[in-house]
Amino acid sequence: MDILQIFVNGIVLGALYACIAVGFSLVWGVLNVINMLHGSFIILGGYLTFFAWFYLGLNPILVLPAVALLLYILGFALQYLFINKVVTAPVLTTLTLTFGLDMILYNLMTVYFTATPRRVTLDLGSIDLAGIVMPVDRLLGMGLALLLTALLYLVMRGSTIGRAIVAVRMDRQAAALMGIRVNRIYAVTFGIGALMAGAAGAVFAMVFPVTTNLTGVFLGKAFVICVIGGLGSVPGALVGGLALGVIESFAGFYLGPQHAITVGFLLMLILLVVRPTGLVGVKGYE
Amino acid sequence: MPRRALALIGLAAWIGLLAATPWIADNYTVRVAITIAMFSAMALSWNFIGGFTGYPSFSTAAFFGIGCYVGALAQRNGVPMVLAWTLATVSVALFAAALGAIILRLKGHYFAIGSIAVVEVVRLIVSSWGSVTGGGDGLNVPLLQGSPDWVAAKVLYVMLAIMLAAFAATVLVDRGRLGFGLRCINQNEDAADMVGIDTTRFKIAAYALSALFCGTVGAVYASWVGYIDPTDSFSILLTVKVPVMALLGGAGTVFGPVVGAGVFVLLEEFFWANFLEWNRAILGGIIVFLIFFLPGGILRLDYRRLLRRTLRQRETGQKSPEAAE
Amino acid sequence: MSEILRLERVSKAFGGIRAVSNVSFDLSEGEIVGLIGPNGAGKTTLVNLITGVHPLTAGKVVFTGQDVTRQKPYQAARRGLARTFQIVQPFPQMTVLENVAAGALFGGAPDTMAGALAEARRELDFVGLARLADTPAASLTLPNRKRLELAKSLAMRPKVLLLDEVNAGLNSAEIDGALDLIRQIAARGITIVIIEHLMKVVLSISERILVLHHGELIAEGEPRAVVEDERVIEAYLGAKFAARFKQETAGA
Repeated sequence: MDILQIFVNGIVLGALYACIAVGFSLVWGVLNVINMLHGSFIILGGYLTFFAWFYLGLNPILVLPAVALLLYILGFALQYLFINKVVTAPVLTTLTLTFGLDMILYNLMTVYFTATPRRVTLDLGSIDLAGIVMPVDRLLGMGLALLLTALLYLVMRGSTIGRAIVAVRMDRQAAALMGIRVNRIYAVTFGIGALMAGAAGAVFAMVFPVTTNLTGVFLGKAFVICVIGGLGSVPGALVGGLALGVIESFAGFYLGPQHAITVGFLLMLILLVVRPTGLVGVKGYE
Repeated sequence: MPRRALALIGLAAWIGLLAATPWIADNYTVRVAITIAMFSAMALSWNFIGGFTGYPSFSTAAFFGIGCYVGALAQRNGVPMVLAWTLATVSVALFAAALGAIILRLKGHYFAIGSIAVVEVVRLIVSSWGSVTGGGDGLNVPLLQGSPDWVAAKVLYVMLAIMLAAFAATVLVDRGRLGFGLRCINQNEDAADMVGIDTTRFKIAAYALSALFCGTVGAVYASWVGYIDPTDSFSILLTVKVPVMALLGGAGTVFGPVVGAGVFVLLEEFFWANFLEWNRAILGGIIVFLIFFLPGGILRLDYRRLLRRTLRQRETGQKSPEAAE
Repeated sequence: MSEILRLERVSKAFGGIRAVSNVSFDLSEGEIVGLIGPNGAGKTTLVNLITGVHPLTAGKVVFTGQDVTRQKPYQAARRGLARTFQIVQPFPQMTVLENVAAGALFGGAPDTMAGALAEARRELDFVGLARLADTPAASLTLPNRKRLELAKSLAMRPKVLLLDEVNAGLNSAEIDGALDLIRQIAARGITIVIIEHLMKVVLSISERILVLHHGELIAEGEPRAVVEDERVIEAYLGAKFAARFKQETAGA
């Protein structure tokens, strides 16, 4: 396989990774909460898309907004009912709480959906461009992932709610003094985080099989990408995701697929210690 | 009578009960007793870094897993069992001290993430280093000699001994200079630095202490079950369960981790036995309940006040309204 | 009087901003020295440089004849270079007594808990907080928190004590009390640097004044001489007002 092909594989994978991580990064950056539910949100989005496609015969791209909306409601409710109550507590508390909630969601999914890998098969064939072969569904996945990430970026920059989220992220107290209802913003942010996770899961299910066994893997990826790219910014997550995709692609080729993940984690540990602000060390959404 | 003395008597009775299980109960109960001793030792260990020092460490599974593997590999290479356990203990403590020098510079979320990442990295290294560790297939460990009952009793006593050692260490640290310094770091690290505490060294000591006993427990566990693999040894569930136990009992207290581990393991066994399919959700439910209703842990509840209140209510119910202030 | 602390051309830059540049001075044993300057002059940064909170960009700090330029804060504390904070830094959930005992145990002489507690009680007596020994530090009023900071620093048996705005936020009666306390501390033979932006407070107590402006030492000397220094007046009042001030004083 030539280097260009490996690189393109990495970029395609990386776009999906960026979409996975961007919601996680937003929640971490704004709420200062590590959302252990994020992996399960992704899988839930993937499963819902699969079932809508498999049993109802719906087009997965049309299902995606509905799934995203459902996840938004779920995320908003969880934040409003549970996490808001302890949002200022130390890390140990918030992390443990979201882990507990994740155990419940995970258990529900394994009981009702089982852990069987599910995949939406679109059968779009593949294209060959100057010797680089790429299945069309993956390209579609990449396109959707980038589109979703860009949409979030625009919402953050352009909309009132987006600016309010950025304001809360930068200074909670000042934002509260300016009349922003901080708890509401927290719930909206968490909802958006879940929405992005659900949408990413829907996209993922069109490209790779999803199963509940993958929740931890996705969560791990989100960690790594946040640390590589820096917290709470859309461009940061994009850079982190693309970087991780390319790194894994090359590490997988040269060191073997089982080492690909190790390299990502090792890089994260090193970055944590050397440069905790990430490669794109920006504060807030510019 | 001082509360401390009462608590010590309670602890002695509890350990006595656990130690008596091989004579008075069936095999299953002995297994539960072993599990309780194991987790008590690990929760007490975690308490050094997570409770006293206030650093949200999630690296317990890394220490436990390395203990498993060092013990197993040493025994497979002909090192006598007890020596293998000792070797595991020492290497885990050294590993933690070296690692601590690097990741204890991180704070809050970054430390939490870093400590979880350590578990993942070590697990991935162990599973992909097949030539030494057997990779994903795992390793067989020489079994303890003797009848199953005798083996279980022996493991139980060793685990209880580790638990007691961890408890003794907790008492010593709690009363001494180290514990005082760790509490200062917990409340205000900059101020701790300013009063002359070498915060780096204190934190590394706490981190190494939090690892040490987990290493021993891991090695003994490997000898007990006779087979280890990366998923089981470096489980994320374990790495979160142990802090939850300490929180359940009361993080930063001397007796809390023992209470928390006991209560948690018993509840878990109960749910496993009765709601097999839902045990994970129920565990999650306990965690959520704990965070909202027992934020300081079981030991931080003011039982005297609760008791007084109920008594007073009863009195006012019976007597004249004078009793109510 | 022998020299106890010496700064040689100490500089600190944060990124491109020079917070402290080329500051040199020395302190003699037992002196009370005032370090003044308008807000943002670099006073607290200078304290942070002396006590090892920030590494120096250039220069040298010598304490009791020893080069301590690269020390860590905890080393400074153990050597006898104690400081209080502009924003008080107690251990909030510990009692007042435990707070002071921490200073005694880690920064001072005693090696045992009992010794540290005894020392802590003495210092609490000295600053007048003895009756609050068993209350949590978080529940203290601001003046009492400042006293707690003092007691904690004193328990570390310092040779030099850097007091960063111990009077900020106090009313005039409370300031008088605090100044009284500072004189008593000086009587114990401890060298004191009192950092203030209020000139009045410092003038009444200091034997010598150092004036910092834009990170540079612009004047040094006896209190009366320093307040008449044109550069100092200018630093505090700005050029325009300084000129008017001079006219008015000349006219009087």
